[in-house]
Amino acid sequence: MSLSAHNLSVSRGGIAVLEGLNFTLSPGRALILRGPNGSGKTTLLRTLAGLQRPLRGSVTAGAETLVYAGHADGIKSALTAQENLRFWSDIFGGGDVDAAMAAYELEGLADRPAGALSAGQKRRLGLARLIVAKRLVWLLDEPTVSLDTHATGLFAAAVRAHLGAGGAAIMATHIELRLEEAETLDVGPFKARATALDRFDEAFL
Amino acid sequence: MKAILIRDLRLAMRAGGGFGLGLAFFLIVVVLVPFAVGPRADLHSVIASGILWLGALLACLLSLDRIFALDHEDGSLDLLATAPLPLEALVSLKALAHWLTTGLPLVLAAPFLAVLLNLPVAGYAPLLISLALGTPALSVIGTFGAALTVGVKRGGLLMSLLVLPLYVPTLIFGAEAARRGAEGLEYAPPLAMLAGITCGTIALLPFASAAVVRVNLR
Repeated sequence: MSLSAHNLSVSRGGIAVLEGLNFTLSPGRALILRGPNGSGKTTLLRTLAGLQRPLRGSVTAGAETLVYAGHADGIKSALTAQENLRFWSDIFGGGDVDAAMAAYELEGLADRPAGALSAGQKRRLGLARLIVAKRLVWLLDEPTVSLDTHATGLFAAAVRAHLGAGGAAIMATHIELRLEEAETLDVGPFKARATALDRFDEAFL
Repeated sequence: MKAILIRDLRLAMRAGGGFGLGLAFFLIVVVLVPFAVGPRADLHSVIASGILWLGALLACLLSLDRIFALDHEDGSLDLLATAPLPLEALVSLKALAHWLTTGLPLVLAAPFLAVLLNLPVAGYAPLLISLALGTPALSVIGTFGAALTVGVKRGGLLMSLLVLPLYVPTLIFGAEAARRGAEGLEYAPPLAMLAGITCGTIALLPFASAAVVRVNLR
């Protein structure tokens, strides 16, 4: 088991958005979150990543097994593509930068300042970070935004390689990646019925 | 841990980084004061240590909102919060990087700028020592203020208001040590108090800063 959620409720700004989520993610498997905009996919991923506390229930994950990739890629425009990636590699314990750049075909852009990259190239650089992080569970929030068809293929290949090596992934995406290891979780039925007004101070914290 | 320090220093040195901003402000303040006060060398030597301390403090304040705001905007802060590095270490390293790019250059520039304000010869050593001891506290307290306003749009004003009262003890004891030194008096007691403030803030404030960053990221 890489990650599991038990009766998990998540909140945004003190208001419950999803409740009663139960799932278990095994090594080599992927979970694709579906749901309309604003249904709480990002909030769920941030809660799983430990950036915010669950409203109720619990998340069980091994220590230091998660890596999160949100809407922003965390790229410094003044640094080159390679310097950006090397920084994250150093922080997360030394993944292979060159291999990660090769996986997303970024070799030709290594010495270019990240500020001069296109949106899709920046996103590829952001996704390459997941490879250098060498974590078991990838938490991906809309990973294919601004990627073209070819780059989406590169991403699918990277996810497959990660799952093949015993990793796991949870991603919120609207694109069909055709991953045979993936299950789909529609968050729609878990929409919270009542707002959690009993702990409404949370809105101010 | 070294990686984050190196990255912050590199970002400060590159185009668009904050390096030199504080130093330029310090230079402007010190150069303009004699014009505003008038050509009275005797008066300059009396106010020199106070002006230099105040200039250094305001120069420090100027670059504080860059400490976390840029990392928050581009998403790095979320990623760093989920990295193996504890947040307490992250905020300490951020404060250290801020001191190396802002505080240390101010300390090194102060003796040269003191000439412009006609600081008495006896005042140079106490000024340098008090700034070297006091500016780390300014960076650590400022990091706390920046942490409090992470995620607040245009939080610079709010942060200045929050941080300025916290800067008062450092300013009082730092400027007092420099002033007493310039007048040829014993300056060890205010210097000891200043060192105490710096040690206390370095020991305690990173925990507070990390806690508020955690709350602000929710």
